[in-house]
Amino acid sequence: MGNKEINAILATDCGSTTTKAILIEKKNGEYRLVVRGEAPTTVEAPFEDVTKGVLNAIREVEELADKEILAGEKIITPRVGERKGVDLYISTSSAGGGLQMMVAGVVKTMTAESAARAALGAGAIVMETIASNDGRLSYEKIELIRKLRPDMILLSGGIDGGTVKHVVQLAEIIGAADPKPRFGTGYNLPVIYAGNKDARDSIKENLEKKTDLSIVDNLRPLLEMENLEPARREIHDLFMEHVMAHAPGYKKLMNWTEVPIMPTPGAVGLLIKTIAENEKIQVIGVDIGGATTDIFSVFQKIFNRTVSANLGMSYSISNVLAEAGVENIMRWVPFKVDRKYLRNMIKNKMIRPTTIPQTLKGLQLEQAIAREALRLAFVQHKSMAVGLKGIQQERTISDAFSQAATGASLVDMMHLDLVVGSGGALSHAPRRNQAAFMVIDGFLPEGVTRLAVDSIFMMPQLGVLSTVNEKAATEVFDKDCLIRLGTCIAPVGNGKEGRPCVTVSLEDKKIEVNYRDMVLIPLGVGEKKEAIITPTKSFDVGAGKGKQLKTLVDGGIVGLIIDARGRPFELPEDDSKRIELLTRWNNALAIYPEKM
Amino acid sequence: MAHAYTPGLKVTANSIVKKERRLPIKGKVLVKVGDEVTASNIVATTSLPGDVEPLNLAGKLGVPPSDIREYLVKTEGDSLEEGEIIAQTRGLFGLFKTVIKSPIKGMLENISDITGQLILRAPPKKVEIDAYTDGKVVEVIENEGVVIETVATFVQGIFGIGGEAKGVIKKIATSPDDIISTDMIKKEHEGKILIGGSFVDSNTLKQAANYGVSGIVVGGIDDQDLRNFLGYDIGVAITGSEDIGVTLVITEGFGKMDMAERTFELLCAQDGKKASINGATQIRAGVLRPEIVIPLPGEKPEEIEQESKGLEIGYPIRVIREPHFGAMGKVSELPPELQQIETEAKVRILGVELEDGSKIALPRANVEMIEE
Repeated sequence: MGNKEINAILATDCGSTTTKAILIEKKNGEYRLVVRGEAPTTVEAPFEDVTKGVLNAIREVEELADKEILAGEKIITPRVGERKGVDLYISTSSAGGGLQMMVAGVVKTMTAESAARAALGAGAIVMETIASNDGRLSYEKIELIRKLRPDMILLSGGIDGGTVKHVVQLAEIIGAADPKPRFGTGYNLPVIYAGNKDARDSIKENLEKKTDLSIVDNLRPLLEMENLEPARREIHDLFMEHVMAHAPGYKKLMNWTEVPIMPTPGAVGLLIKTIAENEKIQVIGVDIGGATTDIFSVFQKIFNRTVSANLGMSYSISNVLAEAGVENIMRWVPFKVDRKYLRNMIKNKMIRPTTIPQTLKGLQLEQAIAREALRLAFVQHKSMAVGLKGIQQERTISDAFSQAATGASLVDMMHLDLVVGSGGALSHAPRRNQAAFMVIDGFLPEGVTRLAVDSIFMMPQLGVLSTVNEKAATEVFDKDCLIRLGTCIAPVGNGKEGRPCVTVSLEDKKIEVNYRDMVLIPLGVGEKKEAIITPTKSFDVGAGKGKQLKTLVDGGIVGLIIDARGRPFELPEDDSKRIELLTRWNNALAIYPEKM
Repeated sequence: MAHAYTPGLKVTANSIVKKERRLPIKGKVLVKVGDEVTASNIVATTSLPGDVEPLNLAGKLGVPPSDIREYLVKTEGDSLEEGEIIAQTRGLFGLFKTVIKSPIKGMLENISDITGQLILRAPPKKVEIDAYTDGKVVEVIENEGVVIETVATFVQGIFGIGGEAKGVIKKIATSPDDIISTDMIKKEHEGKILIGGSFVDSNTLKQAANYGVSGIVVGGIDDQDLRNFLGYDIGVAITGSEDIGVTLVITEGFGKMDMAERTFELLCAQDGKKASINGATQIRAGVLRPEIVIPLPGEKPEEIEQESKGLEIGYPIRVIREPHFGAMGKVSELPPELQQIETEAKVRILGVELEDGSKIALPRANVEMIEE
């Protein structure tokens, strides 16, 4: 592929709800996005073939770009002249709802937790974690494995050279459960063993005949060391080979692409890692989809990824209601809404996931739900992105077994540099201000934080493209994909409404903001200004309580947002007061059209 | 050609319906190709391995795991009765023996010298699958199941709860906008599949379950009522295994929703006929929609257009989101360029002429095609 001249690239992403196709072309020596097409994902009857949706999306690209890319149902490659064919076709996918797996480890807060991190890092959904010391009886563990029917099981436990008894016992339980895959009969369930190497023979004895067993390096070879990569790679490879291959139409799609189809979370995560490495910053990325909300973070150079499988804006929208509760959703809505109406609206979106809000109120309701999806997904991410226990000092086995607390989360909002949002609800928000506000409300950044959004939701495609043509991926990412929204300044602390909170001095102006107010200052894309931020004595913007901070702030399509609503952030319980505040903030940030 | 985002649900008066009936694990198929079957005929059977009972023998005997075989009086593969001795120590001069008895009837499946654990297995459970609908066996999937084919009225709903059930169609609404109330459900509706109008609430569903009604088909239900009836909120739309005593299929959506005229007429026309209903819904990859299947014995299938069309001028559609949710009309315009809607989003729209003659513009994503 390195020798091939690549002038036109077609890339698709098959989501749970929609399939997106983008066309990238090289013009005047640089790669740029030409057009984007979209069509419903067709895993459902009557089609039951994901390639139909892909072809429909490509046809839309043909129509919009006035080019010929398809000959019947085949992609024309290589390109022929300016108007026909492409040089490269690649794809990502999250259709099929992703990989649902179980993990098992000997100690709940050690090997089991490491196994969960390995699985989440591979883009899987962890349905359940089993451990020798999780308090459940053996038969309960067995029933659980049978009932859940995971796509795959990851078994770990025991440091290399340590005891084998507990991990073999877990293998016996898995063997006794005789787990069956979700989709029909005819193949054995993949089980990955990534534990004490001395137990390998016993594990084989228990599981080789009943499952499709793979053995990789111990993911916790020493108490103070994690080695997740071999397990992550194996999960990913088995996912591609087994699970995705069983979703309707994937085998066909796999034959169309020149490089393997990448799961969407893997592709987006690649891009987030790239941003963090290139700019040497701490980043959070979020992809809020129809079925899942994926969060990626790089703190202290450590990459973490979580896939919140049951939080999304269409297929999983009702689960957001179930987990957040109707009150938490309603608190973001700037008008009175009947609970019954809201519940029905959410369920109707769940059963007809490809519909879009037509009215402004419908949009406001959906954006309220998006805030809760982001918030809940972030709570899960913070709990998983933890430092390794025992990493500070050497521990004996008994110390390790008696340790109760989990490690502190790596996520540090005060030192977060950038949040990048992606996914329909953010990328397709009619005003970029809405995307900025949803990200701020969902994540509650602290101090000074830049905000950006994926312009039309093409990060997955660029992620997979970066593995074959980094130049193209980087150029399109920088010039067409990333929309710089601006910067958010959010003092940490609480005070009295109406009293001074923070003063922001830019080169040409000085803005004093009271507690519970929000202010939007125009600062355009590419503009950078030195800001002197002076919080009052109860507030901290990163230099300590009441201490001044001098820093450069970046502009963007939205501008500079000063969020003096307080951290921790709370909304009043009284509906009228809450609606008044929400309306005031919406107007301050020009979130919705004037008439609202 | 424009693409509609939501293909319509299948609602056909007379078409070939095929149903795959498959065992969860390999077993024995009891019928052959060409056999005529009724809905309750068992077509395949198998045994599910019995539940497992682990027994920590080393712990109970107080001996190292590697020594447990010395004390066992049974070995792998031996059958067991509940209370039968599996192992015992010698004791002191034959006294103070520790005796371990089997907690279950079954079999000793596995002995582990490493963990000191025994795996006991209860007797296998019989699993049978029936034909679900009257019809003919057209394919046998070796050791797994069959495909049954029938000519039937076939109606898909948009959402359902409860699993497979069989019954007789009984019309209890006079028009598609009728609300089904508790007093409309009678004791003689036991075993019936009730065809309603626009709405049913949780109290009425409870009444139906109490009276042994097989199924209810209506246009809509409030989510709050669904929660009241089930006792919990449905998070992700994967249903079908609720143990609720009655199968519910809603055809239009949540809220009070008039059943589509065509659906109502088709179902009411089959009043008195045997039918099968399944509320199982999975709105995720490999979508499953709830359904009602009403076999039409002796009838020949009508010619049906197999290929789903895209949106075209004059094509009938239904609105599937507020505003105008449920309204029917015909496509009057298909402007290719993106247009701005009230939310300020720029989307592909279509012009629709509603049944009352008024004209509206809607996002293409918010209509579904009516399949004829």
